[in-house]
Amino acid sequence: MDWHQLWKITAAPDNIPIVAMLFLVPFFTWLGLKQARENDRLIEQLERDPQLAKTHHRKTLPWRPGWARELHVWPFLIRIEFLAAVIVTVILFVWSITLDAPLEEPANPNLTMNPSKAPWYFLGLQEMLVYFDPWIAGVVMPSLIMVGLMVFPYVDSNPFGNGYYTIKQRRFALGMFGIGWLTWIALIIIGTFIRGPGWIWFWPGQTWDHNAVVFDKNRDLHDFVGITSMPAKIIFGAIVVGLFYVLAGLLLHKLMTWNGFERKLLARTSLLQYVMFQFFAISVLIALPVKIALRLALNIKYVWVTPWFNV
Amino acid sequence: MEPESPESKTGKPGGITTKPGVTTRTGVGLLEKAREESLALKDRALDEAKAYKDPQQTQLWKSIFRVSHERSDPRNRSLAVLSNVFLHLHPAKINRDAVRYGFTWGMGGITFYLFIVLTFTGVLLMFYYHPTKVQAFRDILYLEHDVPFGKLLRNMHRWAAHLMIITTWLHMFRVVLTGSYKRPREFNWCVGVVLLVLTLLLSFTGYLLPDDQLGFWAVTVGTNMARATPMFGSEGPFGPQLGMTPFNDVRFGLLGGSIVDSNALLRSYIWHCIGIPLVASIFMAVHFWRIRKDGGISGPAPVMLESEMKAKKP
Repeated sequence: MDWHQLWKITAAPDNIPIVAMLFLVPFFTWLGLKQARENDRLIEQLERDPQLAKTHHRKTLPWRPGWARELHVWPFLIRIEFLAAVIVTVILFVWSITLDAPLEEPANPNLTMNPSKAPWYFLGLQEMLVYFDPWIAGVVMPSLIMVGLMVFPYVDSNPFGNGYYTIKQRRFALGMFGIGWLTWIALIIIGTFIRGPGWIWFWPGQTWDHNAVVFDKNRDLHDFVGITSMPAKIIFGAIVVGLFYVLAGLLLHKLMTWNGFERKLLARTSLLQYVMFQFFAISVLIALPVKIALRLALNIKYVWVTPWFNV
Repeated sequence: MEPESPESKTGKPGGITTKPGVTTRTGVGLLEKAREESLALKDRALDEAKAYKDPQQTQLWKSIFRVSHERSDPRNRSLAVLSNVFLHLHPAKINRDAVRYGFTWGMGGITFYLFIVLTFTGVLLMFYYHPTKVQAFRDILYLEHDVPFGKLLRNMHRWAAHLMIITTWLHMFRVVLTGSYKRPREFNWCVGVVLLVLTLLLSFTGYLLPDDQLGFWAVTVGTNMARATPMFGSEGPFGPQLGMTPFNDVRFGLLGGSIVDSNALLRSYIWHCIGIPLVASIFMAVHFWRIRKDGGISGPAPVMLESEMKAKKP
């Protein structure tokens, strides 16, 4: 166990934010889920007692008759904003006084940095380069993620949970977002803490060996079935990718019809919403972890090889 | 009040006048008159100074702040927000639960505050920085070692940028958890996604500016991906078939050349300091405007029961 190596990675000034994220993300997840659980309990209680549901103010927050429904922004909101600004400023000052921004040697095109890493928030994309060709990892995936995020509110036909935390009423949507969010964070963590010189996998605490060579025998999927001719490879790959879409689509459909509540939600979903959701969910949320698993566990490089592009 | 010399016989108000008719004992008369007039001036000054004890009653104050800040008057509290250009994005009143930071986490507001901090520190940094291959790295050294508080300035700019990305992500995370992207806020969510991308791009374009190994290679890796853009990259699928070479593809356009060099530095600088902040400001204006137009922040809203789900409108 090389604690020094681990410390060097963790304490690199530019990695401080991602180390902070290791604490911030669980904390805020807890904070959100705590309120979701409270709301879910209230929902259950009100579902059981329709009489109470008629009179209840429907929040877990305190409420007494006679309280004003609204508050003046000045000073009740402005003072919070002002305090937040002061606190953030103090944090920034302390952070900037105690920790210096990194500055390496002057840029030198003749001396390649190894490992040469992007800033931490782009390490997810850089790590994707291991699993996909640059045109997918660098261009297609980011575009799909961006457009997919924008499509998200339009394909989510669930009317519940608009403006309050809940898990019970939004299991599917939160699950889907959770997969994407966790994959993204996981890729960044791999890129930050695990990838060393030559972008080789070093477990946390393993010494970075600049002379390390890995003899991975990367194979394409068609090698497993012994296909050698190019036309056969093209057809085989297309069939595999098509099959993947069908199977993943069936899996998602199964989840969307899991119980009566989910089926009711599905009934509200238009055909276009359904197809759009399936496309983005399969192409990003499912394809990404599947390809990562194929590569890391089975050393499979491509599943579809053509003369023009490889997937 | 009107100061008037008691000896003034002309009857003209306010004027310190000489009396043309009096010729005897001129010296004494003048001295006395001067003393009396100066006393009267002092009284007048003291009198006027009393009025300044309450600065809110002065013309200067009233010209700046149109509204009296009398706290007990609810109308004034509303006007304090509505008549202030910096606060006017707020409504006068909000739902009593909307101020709970346990619900919003305050991440959107903090992100905007960090943008202001970054603009401020960024402008100061621009006074010391030349986006040229000869000067850039030396300017950073100069900032770190010679400019008063230069190191603090650079550190703050760097860490505020990182913090802004964290708060942007957490803001998005909260919006998903509370379902705030749902009707009628779908479009504002899209504006938010664009702002997220712009935030990342702002940070990335700033990475190259110190012109050190870290930035150089990060940008090299980043822009090499652009080479693989389908159809528009020289190494992307169908790129070569469409006539793309390293000297006319999308990467060339980003870098202003086929390698990361002085043109790339200049382009990066202009995108970082002018281009992207301008675009981001426009999107921010829309983002904040739409929060109001879509009915303020989404919650904490009353919970809905499953038994109350209405059939979808045709």
